[in-house]
Parts: sequence; structure tokens; C-alpha cells
Amino acid sequence: MSNFKRADGRAADELRPVTMKVGVLKKADGSAMVSLGDTVAVAAVYGPRELYPKHLQNNERAILQCNYTMAPFSTKERVRPGPSRRSVEISKVTREALEPALFLEEFPRSTIDVYVVILQANAGTRTAGINAASLALADAGIPMRGLVTAIAAGKIEDTYVLDLTGDEEEITACDLPIAYIPREKKFTLIQMDGDIPPEDVKNIIKLAVKGCETLHEHQRKALLGKWSKEGS
Amino acid sequence: MNIQNQYIRNLITKGDRIRGRALDQYRDIVIEKNPIKNAEGSALVKIGKTEVMVGVKLDIGEPFADTPDEGILIAGAEFSPIASPEFELGPPGENAIELARVVDRGIRESKCIDMKKLCIKKGEKVWMVNIDIQPLSHDGNLIDAAGIAAIVALMNARLPKLEDDKVVYGEKTDTTLPVNDIPIPVTVAKINGKLFVDPDLEEEDSIDARLTITTKSNGNVCALQKGRTGSFSFEEIEEAIKISVRKGKEIREIVKSLKT
Repeated sequence: MSNFKRADGRAADELRPVTMKVGVLKKADGSAMVSLGDTVAVAAVYGPRELYPKHLQNNERAILQCNYTMAPFSTKERVRPGPSRRSVEISKVTREALEPALFLEEFPRSTIDVYVVILQANAGTRTAGINAASLALADAGIPMRGLVTAIAAGKIEDTYVLDLTGDEEEITACDLPIAYIPREKKFTLIQMDGDIPPEDVKNIIKLAVKGCETLHEHQRKALLGKWSKEGS
Repeated sequence: MNIQNQYIRNLITKGDRIRGRALDQYRDIVIEKNPIKNAEGSALVKIGKTEVMVGVKLDIGEPFADTPDEGILIAGAEFSPIASPEFELGPPGENAIELARVVDRGIRESKCIDMKKLCIKKGEKVWMVNIDIQPLSHDGNLIDAAGIAAIVALMNARLPKLEDDKVVYGEKTDTTLPVNDIPIPVTVAKINGKLFVDPDLEEEDSIDARLTITTKSNGNVCALQKGRTGSFSFEEIEEAIKISVRKGKEIREIVKSLKT
């Protein structure tokens, strides 16, 4: 182990301060806000609702549509509005990260629409978006096999590091985001860029799973916070 | 799920495949280098009936502000209807964008191109390396075919002549691109917990999920990408990494044997 000290004083396996809240948007069927440090994601869910145009409908199952957008003011340099290649790819992997948790076969011919907007970005926006989207789906009352959690991890100076900041992303040997369903112990998003031996890949994934388990507790609390009052 | 998907899934579950391949067996890989005269480098890769052409075009441009002494790498993919009746005209869809970004990530993160050597004048002029992926026939596993074609095209690219810092196209020099590693993407597909490589189109239509793992000559992993709507367990990821390191090495040997 090296003596790598994090600029923000966190332990290597520590998340940034986490805030999660559900029901934050008035018009959506389900919604959530998730922040990890300076990264803030908001998600809205609509549906299951009728899908138009009709030729897109599937008679056996609902379709899931996801869109990931960064607000123009979310980064230091303004983000140009409209889809980018990056946002198209993240929308795709977000959908593929969430879909394994859903029972789409219960809602034939309909759509479930998930919209993620990043209000403020300091690394880990796709994973913050997935955490928020999963909460928003649960908030909308959509049946799920389990909550989907997501976090990135990496390796700096021989130390495995959880939940990288933007500055840490500059120096990490790899950036490895995962999405994980703790209840099922299944990985639904795996991406990485970097340059590390296979053994490190496994150890970094294990560290990220720990982070996901903590996030899962935060998600449960956020849902209980709203629904234990309103429910029953 | 149609009857053919079900048949393929049942076969794979028993460890068999529709065309009799082993689970860890690629279709025949055929590589042609530099088939395109006007590209600075190019490659045609055939994996069974899948064919992907990649062309490398070099151009001079301004470097990015945060990397004033480094060249620029850009990968793009266009899914033209010539490759499949399923492809439609129009701007790149999410599958084409994902393909280009996964290939880009493998090349970029492996650092197989010495980007500093592509600097002509710091802060002003650098080489821009455009990698364009054009599938000619889509019969499954476009990612691996495109990734192999991209590195072969880069290895065989030669810089065009420069006159007063302007490119004279059509006149290539003997200088090759500074390529020092061979990243190879291996896509591991999954059906009912069984892992296998190189799905053909019919198999690809039947899979639960896929995991593309790009490895370097020293066995390091430089890119990962999970796709489709299924999931993986930790043990499956471990197994997939093992498979991709092994198959990546085999494919790298084929690519090496072609080197000019």
C-alpha cells in the first residue's frame, strides 16, 4: 500500500458525502435527486404509459427509454445543448443497467421513460444518474427485482480508490464504473478505461461493490423517508 | 423470443452452437492490410461472414488546449445499409456510436500510439488520426472485427508528405505511425450463464448480455464495456477476463504475423 492521501481527506474506500431524496419533482410519476460530493443528478420517471408511435409498441412487454443529459451550466466549460456521442452512449448503458431490474413483461405495449439531468458535474455523473433513476423508478411504484446502485472506482499510486473526483480522474490508472443490484448480486453496467492488470480489475470491482452496498442503504433510507410517512 | 432464438439458447445451454463451433472458438479470421489506396492506412477484417473495413486518414489540425504537444485521435462508425437490411440511413444511432467509442477507448487507453510523436509544432499543428469504421457485412460481432481492423490499419498507416506544413495527399512517406502495442478487443457473450466468444448474428440476437474486454500485449486490460440488457455475476466477469486474455493473445499473434 502506498501513502496516497486524498485531497479531500477521504479514506480510499470512502464515498463522498451522499444525499438522496425521492419525490423531488412535482409532475413526474417518480423522481429522485442524488448527490455525491459536488456531482448532482436528478431523475424523472413517467409510466408505464401508452407508447407512441404505435409501431414501436411491443405486444409482449414494455419498452424502457432512457435519456441522459448534462445541463449546459453543469461543468466549468459550458456543455453544448443537444445530444453528443458521449451522452448517446451513456443513455444506452443507463438503459441497459436499469432494465435487468424491471419486470417489463408486466406492461405490454407501454413505455417507461426515464430522464436523467446532471445539474452539477464533478465526475461520476453516469453512476449518480443511475442511482437517481433507480430511486425514481421505485418512487413511481414500478415493480423491481431490486434497486440498482452504481459507483466508479480506480487505482491511484497502488491504492484502490472509491468514488473518484474530477481531479482524481486525471491521475487514476483506470476509471471503472459499475452498476450493481445488491439484492441479486448482479452487475448490470461494467465499463472501464485505463491500463491495469486483470487482478486489479477484480479488486477494483470488489471495492466498487462495497460502495454500492453503502449506496443501497442510502437508497432504502430515502425511500422509507418518503413512503413510511405517506404509505400505510 | 422466436423459435430460432429459443433453439440457439437451448443449444448454448448444453454447450453446443448452431454451426458446431466450440464455445471459445472464433469463426475464421481473415485480414487484408491496406486494401484502400487513398487511405493512409486501411484494413479489411473478415470474421466468418462479418466484414468490416477500417480506413485511417491523417490530417493536420490544431491540438486541444489541454494537450498542446499531442496528436488527436478520432474514431467514428457509419452503419450503412450495404452491411445489413437492418441498417437505415441517417445519423449514427446508439449502436454505431457505442461501437466507435469502444474501439476508440481500446486504442486510446492502451496508449499504443505515441501521441507526442504526432506533434508537428507545439500548440499549433499536430497530426489528426481519423479512424473510420465501415461495416460491409454484419453477421455478428462487429466490435471485435472493427477493433482488429482499426489496429491493423493504424499499424500499416504511413504519413503523407508535407509541403510547407500542408498535406500532399497521394504521396506517402516511408514514415509509419508510432504504434507500439496491439490492443485486441474480445467480446464474451452470455446465454443462461454460459459464456462464449464471437457470436454470429443469429446468436447475437439471442444473447442475454455481452462484455467486451480489450487487452494489451502484456495482458493488461485497457477497456471494458458491458452491453445488452442482461447482467453478469462476479464469477462470470472473472471467467470472461480469462477468456479474453487468452483469445486476445491468439488474435494478436495473427495480427503480428502481418506486420510490414
